[in-house]
Parts: sequence; structure tokens; C-alpha cells
Amino acid sequence: MKIRRRDFLKGVAASTLLLAAEQTPAQAKRARKDLPPNAVGILYDSTLCVGCKVCEHACKQANNKPVEHTNPKEPMWDNPQDLSANTLNVIKRYGVEGQKDTVDGFAFIKRHCMHCLDPACVSACPASALVKNPENGVVTYNKKACIGCRYCQVACPYNIPKFEWDSPFPEITKCQLCAHLLAKGGISACCAACPTGASLFGPVEKLRAEAKRRLGMKPGEYYDFPVANIDSTEVQQHRAGGYVQHVYGERELGGSQVLYLAGVPFANLGLPDLPEDSYVALADGIQYAIYKGMVYPLVVLGGLIYIIRNREEKKE
Amino acid sequence: MQERQALGGKVLTIPFKVCAAIVLIGLFFIGKRFIFGIGSVSNMNDGYPWGIWIAYDVVVGTALACAGYSIALIVYVFNKGEYSPLVRPALMTSMFGYTLAGISVIFDIGRYWQAYNIFLPWLSNLHSVMFEVALCIGTYILVLWMEFAPTMLEKFKADELKVRLNRIIFVFIALGILLPTMHQSSLGTMMLMAGHKLSPLWWSGFLPLLFLITAVVIGYAAVIFESLVAAIAFKRPMEMHLLSKISALMPWLLGLYLVVRIEDVNLRGYLPLAFDGGLLGNLFLLENLLFLAALLILAYPNNRQSPRLLFIASCAMLLGGSMYRFNTYIVGFDPGTGWQYFPSVPELFITFGIIAVEVMAYLWFDNTLPVLPRLTRA
Repeated sequence: MKIRRRDFLKGVAASTLLLAAEQTPAQAKRARKDLPPNAVGILYDSTLCVGCKVCEHACKQANNKPVEHTNPKEPMWDNPQDLSANTLNVIKRYGVEGQKDTVDGFAFIKRHCMHCLDPACVSACPASALVKNPENGVVTYNKKACIGCRYCQVACPYNIPKFEWDSPFPEITKCQLCAHLLAKGGISACCAACPTGASLFGPVEKLRAEAKRRLGMKPGEYYDFPVANIDSTEVQQHRAGGYVQHVYGERELGGSQVLYLAGVPFANLGLPDLPEDSYVALADGIQYAIYKGMVYPLVVLGGLIYIIRNREEKKE
Repeated sequence: MQERQALGGKVLTIPFKVCAAIVLIGLFFIGKRFIFGIGSVSNMNDGYPWGIWIAYDVVVGTALACAGYSIALIVYVFNKGEYSPLVRPALMTSMFGYTLAGISVIFDIGRYWQAYNIFLPWLSNLHSVMFEVALCIGTYILVLWMEFAPTMLEKFKADELKVRLNRIIFVFIALGILLPTMHQSSLGTMMLMAGHKLSPLWWSGFLPLLFLITAVVIGYAAVIFESLVAAIAFKRPMEMHLLSKISALMPWLLGLYLVVRIEDVNLRGYLPLAFDGGLLGNLFLLENLLFLAALLILAYPNNRQSPRLLFIASCAMLLGGSMYRFNTYIVGFDPGTGWQYFPSVPELFITFGIIAVEVMAYLWFDNTLPVLPRLTRA
């Protein structure tokens, strides 16, 4: 018996070493995810945004959310400071005075769910309450499945999911790209409401091409910009802004279906510099290397049962 | 077979009553949480969605409860039957620690009434590390109660049942070794997903390995600590021969940990952060210095014979390992955009209440169940 036990331990040690040699943590990641076939998203162009916040209002109406007052003593209008359980879409402002879309001046940014290609929240959720639609790629939430563990909040690199802290029956809330309107053939409320075309709805492939087109524009010259939906015929003429030559969301953490263009560096707008591989791919890779899809644990369990039973029998 | 005894002392002592008072305060705030929501008692927020209930009660708490796992490893896998007097007290702390971690999760999760959703096959997310941790911890709590059941059956003289249980207990012992190996490392994997929100001093591809090692280190340290404290509190002789032998293992484990921990940060180029004088750097240094201190004490065989030095080393390991885990979940975590978190008083009292329940259960079980080895009077 003793020899067999030693063989077993040797086996365990050898497979551990093998595993270590095969894949160090840095290399253990799984492949990136592709764009879903009919992926839709939003292209937000900070240089076109005038900060009117009509999109915030439209979002609240479409999603049945109450207004929020930053200063409760003067509840004049809805003025949320940031995303919250009641605010799924927010316009924020970088800088106060000076010229628009310059580092020394000010610029706007619109924040909501990015609808990542490889969403951390979906991978984190133990009860499949957050899922990514395989057709249009929209990340939706199902309160009937959610247990309220808030791992999605920890996992989301953009801090998007919010929790109803003051409710005895709380839900997670986040932008679902107005999935209920898409189902009826519509587009997300924020884009439908945007008067300048700063928030543009459309198929992600087309939005990517549009973003590239804008990066190629000569600053200061007039161009046609589509409004609301990239497939619509409504266009407005605007002067092209001085774009930072980067489409945020095209590659960040494996890419997302919401894309950003801006006139100031994205870090100034609260969008962090992120690697091209998602943390999900890394965590999945490591988890797979350790467990090989539950094969290793079962082998180890078999070995443990075998040696412990022999030992207990010998004792009696 | 080792003889064990119930201590038979008085249960309603002063420490027991103090604990009971803390439990009552905790229960009050738990009631408030269920009526008015988590925000009414806790300072957790959308930036810091996990507070001390997860970081202490679950992540540190289950490590402190790895005494049973660590002892089972040495007794059953490395076939050192001589340590079996340590098995029952260790299993008991594990049982309490894990059970209470499981209960505190119910206070923490927002939609507790549908917690079973995780285990519905059509909702289970097999890719979720949280799913694996929940499944493993849930099963392990059952396993611990089965492993501890013989002790209770002895008390109630249910001999036939005990014989029957003993016939299949090897399955539970095997699971009792496999499951903690899985979920303790996965508690580390869980924070991989935090990515750039976790300081590079803690975020690492080696999180699963480092969490597994700290679970074993904290587990042994808890055995040593608890055995010494129980000896003093219940006026029993110290089990020095066993404790000093176990502690001979520790320098190796601590050495492995420190090499991986420091070299990993160094290879990723973040070691200068440790010396920049900031809070995070200082905490990183403190964590590792505590482990280093324990290593230096326990590396010398003579030191391992001294109850005082063993006690100091076990405290250093408990503190260093707990800090590593706590910092990974809270202090090193920074969601950016100005979020802050420090636990509120009601939130703390709920955690204190859970610790108090554990102490009360420990006192009660030691006095009424055959847990500790029978003393033969010389």
C-alpha cells in the first residue's frame, strides 16, 4: 500500500510541475471573443456633444427611473452626479472653462454600459443573471436569476453595474441598450433623443467604419454626420473636431460594442488605459489550466478516496 | 483509538455572557438590514460592493477555519497518525468557521431568498469562479458536519449509527481535503477579474497559488494558536511534542510563499511601489515581514520547543496571512473615481456577532462534547 501511496503523491507532484511548466499564469489565457453576428452598439462622439443631457432624460423615461437630486434642498431638476441605481446613463464634464475639446478647456463624456465582447460581469455572475445576447451582443440583466452577490460590480472594469443599497429587495441596474425597444424594432432612447448625433446607434461594424472615417477628417472643415441611427437618412453638417487618433472601445479588454471618439485624451474623461486582453480571458485560462474542466479534481478525489480507505481499513 | 473527553465545566461563564450580549446587538442590526436594505447598516457602496462581511467573514474567516483542512492533510495524506489528537478540535473550529461564513453570506447577498438559483442547473454559470466557490464551500460545510458527526454520536451513545457512518467516512475525509484545495485557491482567482482596480502589489496571475498557501499556513497557525490558548484557558498540559513537530513544516511553506510573492511583484516591475512610503507599500512590507519573522523564529529547532516563541510565530502567521487576504479584497482594491469605504459601526457589530457566536459554540462544545484528548493523570 505504502508504495502505491507514494506513487500517487509522485503523480500529483509531477502533474503540478507539468502544469506549471506548460503554462505560466501570464501565458494562460483563452482566445479573444468575436463580434456577435448582428452586434449593435453606440458610437459616442464627445466633440459633437453639447452637454444638453436630453439623453439622460430619455433614458429615465424609457427605463422608468426616478429623477435624482444632487442637492436635496433645491430639487429643481434631475441632476445626477454619476451613474447610480436610478441613473443608467449620464453625461459628465471634464474641465469647466476655456475652449471645448481641449485639454486646458472642457469636454463631455457619456457613461453607460460598454456591452463588452467578453464581458467580465457575465463571466462573473454565478447564476447567469447577466447574459450577452448571442445575436446582437447586448448584455442584459434578469432579476429573477440574480442573487445579489455583487461580483459583477467587482468584476466590471468600467464600474457600470449599480446596486439598490436602500431596498430590502434590491436589484442590480445597468444600461441594457434599451433591449425592450430593440425588440420592437426601435433604437436605444438616448440615441433617438440626441439632437446632434453625438450618440449614434447602429450595427457595430458600421459604427467602427464611421469612427475611422471621422478620424480621417480635416479638423475645422464641414462634413456630414448621421443623426440618431447610422442607417437613417437624417444628416447634419458639422465642423470636424480635432480628434485624438484612437477609437476607445475598439480594442480595450477585447473590445466593446460602445465606441468613443474624443478631442481630449480618454484618461482625462475617466476612461482608463486598458490592455487588449480581457481579465476574463486570463482568469478563464488559469482556471482551465488548473482544473482541465473538472478532470484534475476528479482524479485527485479518486486518489484520495483510495489511500484514505486503505488506511482506515488497516487501522481496524 | 484515541480517548477523548468532554471537559464538563460550567458553560455560563463571564466570557460566554459577554459574547451573548454582542450577539444580541448583532442580531438587532441584522434585523435592520433585512427590513431597510443593506445600505441602512453598511458603508458598502457601488465602488466598494464588498466590505468586511466578505473580506473578513468569508475570505479571512474560512482561512482561519482551515485548521481542519491542514490537519487532515498531514494526518491522512502524509499518514502521520500521531497528530490525530489535534483532529477533533481542528475540525470543530473549521465546522464553526465555515458554517458561520456560509450564514454571513446570506446577510451579505442582496437577493438571499433566491440564493438557491446558483444551484439550478439551467442557471448555474460553470464559467463563474463565484459559482465554483459557492458550490465548494456549500458542500464542504456539509462534509465538515459529517466529519464531526462521530463526536456528537459518541455523546448521544448512538453507537450503531456511528459504526455505519464510520464505514463511509473516508469519502467525506477525501472531500474534506479536495474541496478546500479548490475553493481556497479560487478565492484568489476571484480577484483576478478585478484587473486594474486591484493594486499591482496584490493583483497577480499567482493569486490562486498564494491564496492556497496562505490557507494552509493560516490553518496550521490556527491549530498551534488554538491548542496553546485552550491549554491555558482550560488548564490542560500543552501538546508541545505535536506542535513543535508541525511547526517544523512551516519554514518551508513560508519560504515558498515569500519567494513567489516577492519575485512575482519584482518580475512584473512593481517592487518599487513597496518602498514608496505609501499605505499600500507599507502594508505589503508588513504582510511579508510578519511571514518572514515567523520563518526566522521557526527555522531554529530550539525555538520550536518554546511555547512562547511558537505562540508569537503563530500570531505572526495568522496576522500576515489575514492581512494578505484582507488587502487583496479591500485595501488594495481601488475602483477609482473617488469611491471610499470604511466599515460602519452596525456593519462591524454584525461581524463581531458572528465571531461571538463562534467563541460561544467553541466553549459550549468543548465543555459538553468529547472533543479534547482524555488526560491520564500521572
